[in-house]
This record gives sequence, structure tokens and C-alpha cells, in this order.
Amino acid sequence: MSSPALLALSDGTVYHGHAFGARATAIGEVCFNTSMTGYQEILTDPSYKGQIVTMTYPQIGNYGVNSQDVESWRAHCSGFVIRELSPIVSNWRADYSLAEYLLQYGIPGISGIDTRALVKRLRVRGAMPGCLTTEGLTPADAIARAQAWGSMEGRDYVTEVTHEESFAWDPQDRDSGAFKLTKETVAASPREIRQPMPPADLPIVAYDFGLKYNILRRLRQKGFRTQVVPAHTSAADVLKLRPAGVFLSNGPGDPAALGSIVREIKTLVDTGIPIFGICLGHQLLGQALGGRTFKLKFGHRGGNQPVKDLDSGRVEITSQNHGFAVDAASLPSEVKVNRINLNDQTVEGLRHTTKPIFCVQYHPEAAPGPHDSTPLFSDFRDLVTRHG
Amino acid sequence: MPKRTDIHSVLIIGAGPIIIGQACEFDYSGTQACKALREEGYRVILVNSNPATIMTDPEFAERTYIEPITPECVEKIIVREKAEMARMGATGKLVLLPTLGGQTALNTAMTLHRQGVLEKHGIEMIGAKAEAITKGEDRETFKQLMLTIGLDVPISGTAHTIQEARQVAERIGRYPLIIRPGFTLGGTGGGIAYNREEFEEIAKRGIDLSPVSEILVEESLLGWKEYEMEVMRDRADNCVIICSIENFDPMGVHTGDSITVAPIQTLTDKEYQIMRDASFAVIRAVGVETGGSNIQFSVNPENGRMIVIEMNPRVSRSSALASKATGFPIAKIAAKLAVGYLLDEIRNDITRETPASFEPTIDYVVTKIPRFAFEKFPQADPTLTTQMKSVGEAMAIGRTFKESFQKCLRSLEIGRSGLGGDGKPWRIGAEMIDDRAIFPRELINRRLSVPNAERVFFLRHAFRAGYSLEDVFQLTKIDRWFLIQIEELVKFEEELAALKN
Repeated sequence: MSSPALLALSDGTVYHGHAFGARATAIGEVCFNTSMTGYQEILTDPSYKGQIVTMTYPQIGNYGVNSQDVESWRAHCSGFVIRELSPIVSNWRADYSLAEYLLQYGIPGISGIDTRALVKRLRVRGAMPGCLTTEGLTPADAIARAQAWGSMEGRDYVTEVTHEESFAWDPQDRDSGAFKLTKETVAASPREIRQPMPPADLPIVAYDFGLKYNILRRLRQKGFRTQVVPAHTSAADVLKLRPAGVFLSNGPGDPAALGSIVREIKTLVDTGIPIFGICLGHQLLGQALGGRTFKLKFGHRGGNQPVKDLDSGRVEITSQNHGFAVDAASLPSEVKVNRINLNDQTVEGLRHTTKPIFCVQYHPEAAPGPHDSTPLFSDFRDLVTRHG
Repeated sequence: MPKRTDIHSVLIIGAGPIIIGQACEFDYSGTQACKALREEGYRVILVNSNPATIMTDPEFAERTYIEPITPECVEKIIVREKAEMARMGATGKLVLLPTLGGQTALNTAMTLHRQGVLEKHGIEMIGAKAEAITKGEDRETFKQLMLTIGLDVPISGTAHTIQEARQVAERIGRYPLIIRPGFTLGGTGGGIAYNREEFEEIAKRGIDLSPVSEILVEESLLGWKEYEMEVMRDRADNCVIICSIENFDPMGVHTGDSITVAPIQTLTDKEYQIMRDASFAVIRAVGVETGGSNIQFSVNPENGRMIVIEMNPRVSRSSALASKATGFPIAKIAAKLAVGYLLDEIRNDITRETPASFEPTIDYVVTKIPRFAFEKFPQADPTLTTQMKSVGEAMAIGRTFKESFQKCLRSLEIGRSGLGGDGKPWRIGAEMIDDRAIFPRELINRRLSVPNAERVFFLRHAFRAGYSLEDVFQLTKIDRWFLIQIEELVKFEEELAALKN
């Protein structure tokens, strides 16, 4: 049997379970994700920086971890909480077990706890700080550390996860084609089969606040040639690259702690350049357009959030991961809320009525999650083309 | 879009007598549909020859016909009800909802359509149009349709000579191969060839036996993983997956006879989403406008190649399971979608606050295990094949697969408390074997390699007899993830037994 682990919450609750992954202690905001698949993408999504992620689905690790389905260069969350870890890996693409993968990045995991009780607590009391230890800390020590952590509000994690240098995304087109399952005759390396792509003829700049690779893949699939720039790049430096449009990425932490970035976005907004934002990018854009953000009680994290497009009436099942939202009442009249969450009516999308600007709170790039919203990348292409 | 106001009465065809493959699950869905439609103020007319159903209780329909489910009879009912509606001065139409009564209802509706009866009386089919039903039900049409939308189907080819047959076999490139002679009664003369010698023999025999000297040679998917998706669509083309299902038993066993598990356990998100996209592509291509469909896939465990097996353009056995597994009432919602509602206009029964346009996500595992009654049919061959033989099923929910699996075995009412270790002896043929006895390898090998009703228990017997996970996998092709769960249960049984000593 594995060694013991414990998860302590700032409200004094302690869960005892089994350790897996790294022998370490992690402190951060305990949140939960309701996706039944996609733990690998969740682990490697930089937006989870500073968070201890609980999976509501109980059987985790079944299909292992592979070298293709990564959303960034490493795993980012502070700790990982699950009900039951699969003792083996069963999938034709698996390269590692989940435990090996977490160990590689120094992330501690806890299994064998009542994740349903934990999630119910988080739903009632809201996401709260926690301390996950596989190093044998005492419960009292772990609770004290969780309490000392403070809050997600006011935290800037973007500076920690953004790339330090600007780079061109996948100039050789090695990683951007849509993943395909093999068909009919099986190729030599069936896992590498990817769909062909159009020429990369539209140059854009993508701000990296904790950018997921699948956004870059989707942009490439729509013919964008993307230059990724660090989060603190000035608007002037972005414009020097003469992009046809600007993309604002997802990312971790509190959007209200990023005032300097909001100012640069405001400058870009004023130039009239086409802008598309996702998640944190949407929240920053919301602020740049004059709105405010607020913290949700326990956030939206999962792959089944229904979003209604108020213009078309269509409903998209979306992938989401956010703990903050844009306050609809704070927005000026030229910014229209064009998408809402059908569960709690919060803002899911904004469109500027006169400028070529739109953004969504959810993740149209999925990974993990449903592909219903992929057409948004085509919408961005249309928008940029119209303004070119 | 609100509900349709041009409809006055809805005719629902039930599933009729209980037979293997079509039992009370269709009563469950039909009853839900009747309630949903009456709630909306429609007049419900029901025909079902089986009075031992809930749906034929007087309160579920305005008019209940306990009459044979035949095209002739349904036509008479249509004539009578149209006259009745005229007498009532009804302004709306009489429509037919054929997708809730299993295959019987669907076939009856299709016969009425082909005979021109529906057209003659001006009866519209709601839920699924005749064209969509044909596309979904006719194997060859469906296969061609799948190829046109870029999905994969089993590789096959027809041959009229042994040379042609060899060419097809070469193109497919691996054994086993399935050989089906054309136009022989019940497919006599066909078979599965595991090597070249067998292939030559069966192919020759097939060509000889076929009156048109034609055989179909098809790649075999035996041993591949099998999956199901429960899809719903509304008339604004909103599509959602209600439930994904992974079969414990690999391809070769009828889904109704397979142990099935929800949700899918061994696909990554990338693979799952490709299957989800494919499910929507299928329901759109087949043209099921509103309601639920069940789509079956097979995946090669070696390389992930995904094949579309079939789709049911109607509420199916799996829909009843998916409804109970997720709390999403598929038949009820399907009935409301059929009369024009959109998914986001219908409330979710569980939360009561959020709309039905969502995909249930669960924090538990659901297992269904079929119940067999071979003791009542001593002449029947207990081997499980592509023809359904189970007479019922149990379903259980647990926080882990192991918990739901054990609860489900206990719920079968076959006297066992789970996988074993309950102290009760095992009846194997005429012999009684003690619960904790080690079974002979020869018997274990036989019972594992050929799917049968007791195979699940022989997984335990095999692990207890010292078989490795790999041994059991090679004999059964049951996914290693399921096998390790069983092995862990067996290990725990041993731990408990050791405590007793």
C-alpha cells in the first residue's frame, strides 16, 4: 500500500488518503473540475497555476498520460485530488502513468478521499485555500499553512507562467493539425496522424497569459501565423510587429490584479485592431472596455457548461475553467453581452458594437471538452479578414 | 420555438409483448412519453397489445387500444380516431410518434409508410421521418452514408470467385475474416475464418451455396473495444450527449448481453471528443430531426481506429439505462422535442433550475449486467453471440467501478452476493464446486475463451487459480482496466479470507 497523504482546508477540515505523484507539500486554492475525461489537459493548463484541482469523476488515471495531449510545456497545478487512481494504464497512446507524470513535475497527489464530500463543501462554502501534503505534515500544521495562504483575489500568476521570450508558433507545422484517429489502413505511426491545414497567411500576435497550446493549434488550423508574446509586452511593441489581429489568451489568477496589462489592451482597443479574447483574455478585455470582474463562489470548471448564443439562439456545450467573471452591469452601452451561461446567467461572451472586438469566457479550443465552439476561430478569421 | 399548436392528437405505438431484446424498458420510455405529451395538453392515443404494461393503465392516455400491433390494426385505429377528432371538432392534426416503442413500433410505422397508409390519411410521423429511419436501419445504406461523411466502417468486398475472394482478403490484410454468402436463408454457409485454409474452405462453400454465387468478405472486429453514445437533437440542431457507455465485453457479444459501464473509462479526452463529434455527424447525416438516438462504435485497442457499427434512430434499451444512469429522462425529453420544443426550453428534472440543454456529468460509475435464464431453456446454446439471449438486467451505481459492479452482481437475484467468496457453492453443469475451491485450468480456459453467461465469475476463478492479468486478457480480450479491477476484488477477497484464518 502507498504512503499516507492529507488534504487540509482553511476551514479546518482534514481528509486523509493515499499519496501518489511527488513527495511534496502544495498550498493553493482548492477547486474542482467536473470533466469525466481530460485530466492530462487539465494538469498542463497554465490557468490552474496556484490551484489544487479535485476531479469529481472518481476513476482517474485509467488511460495514463501521453506525450501529445499536452496543453503547455509542463504540468502547472499545485496539487491533484482524486477518488481512485488506476493501478494500470490502458490506452494505446499512453506513455506514462499519471503518478509518474506528477512525480516528474514535483506535484503531489492524494487519492482515496471522499471527493464528493469535499466538492459539496466547496460548493456550499466556496473555493478555499488548502494544503495537500504527502510529506507527513501534521493536520494542525497543514491547516495553519492553508490559512496562511490567503486568497486567490489579488494574485498575479500570469507573470509566473508566461513565456519570457516571444516566439513563432509551430513554423514547421509539426504540432498544429487536428488530431485524428487512424482510418482504414494503419500508418507506421498512427498516433501522429494529423489533418492537413490551409496556408498560414494571416499574421497575428497572441498574448501569452498562460496560453494553452490547443488555442495556437486552432489558430493555425484557420490559417493564422501566430507570434506569441510575453504577457507584459507593450501595445507599442505588439503594433511594431504589424499584426492583422491580436489574440488575448487564457491564464491563471485574479484578472483585477493585472492593471498594467489592462492599460496596454486599452491602447490596442483604441487603435481599432481586431481583437479576440478567451477566458482571462475576455476578463482583461472586459476591464479594458470599462467593465469590472468579480470572483465566483466556486467557479465554472468542467466540460458541460451550456452557453446560449443570444444572437442565433443556439446552445453550445462548452469547456470552462474560470473562477472570476465579468459583471454585466458594469459594461458600457457599446459593449453587448451576446452569450450567457444557462446555468447561472453569467456573462459568457462580449461583442463591441462598433469595433472589431469579441471575446468569450469559455474555451472554444476545448482540450479537454466538447468541440461545439470551434467555429469561433473561423469568426475571428472572418473578422480579421474584413478589417484587413 | 414553442411547442407545435397544429397538433391535436398523438398516436403512440407501444412495444407489444415482452420478448428477449424488447422488454419493460420500452414500457418505461413509452409511459414517460405519454405523461410528457399529456402534460403539454395533447390528446394521447396509445396502441399496445400488452395489457401487462404501465403505459396501458387508464390514466396514461385519453384512448388506449389493447389491440395487435399490426399495420392493418393501426390503420383502423387511425381511421376511427380521425372520425372521432372530426366529431370533437378538433382543428389540429393527428400525428404518429413511432420512436418510443422499440423495433416493433418502428417497423409497424415503416410498413404503414411504405403501404402509403400514412400519406392516404394525412398522418405525419414526428420524431423521425421515414427517410431517416431507412437511412439508419438499412445496413448497406447506412454504411455508404458513413463513408460519405468521412467515418470509418469495416472493410469489406464482394466476390463471385475464389480468386476475387482472395483479392478481398488480401486487401483487408488480416484474419479473422467474416464470410457471408449472398441470399442464403439465414446466412447459411457463412462463417468466420481464422486462417488461410479456413478462408479458402468457407469462401468456396459460400460461393457454391449462394444462389447468385456471391459472398461478402468482411474484416472481423472480434475482440475490439465497443462503445455507445446516447445522443439527443432538437429541431434547431442543438445536439447533446446524454451518456457514454463502454462495454466490458469486447465486440462479438450483443450489447444486450454485454456488461456495460457508464461513462467511458479508457478513452482520452481527444479520443472521446472525436467520438462525440462523430455521433453528431451520424445523427445529422441520418437526419433524425428530434429526439434520441443510440450510436455504436468499435475501437481497435491496438491503434485506436474507430469504426461506426450501427445506430438506432429511436429510443432504445440503452436509452432507458442512460436515463437511469444520469437522471436525464430521455424518453420524456424526446417526446417534448418531437412536438417542437428546444432543449433549452425544457427544464432539467434534477436541478429544476437549469435547462435540459446540457450534458450530464456524473461523479459515479454505473454498471449494467445482463440476467440470463439458460436453466429454463436446457436446449439453448449458452454461448453469447451477436443474437441477444438475456432475459433481463440489473443496474447499479457506485462511487467506483468495483462498488457498482459488486452491487450489480448482487442485484441479479441469482443468489450470489457479488463476484464470489460468499461461501455458496458454484453449479458447473451437473457438478457442485465449493466456493473457495480452485477450478481446473482446462475448465477456466474454456469458459474464458468463449463468451458465456458465467464468464464474469470465471474471471475470479482464473485469478484465484493464479492466472496473470495478461493470461486472462489473451483469453477474453476484456480491457485490462476492467481486468485489474476484478483482480483487485479477488485480492481483497483473499485478504479477507486470510483474516478468517
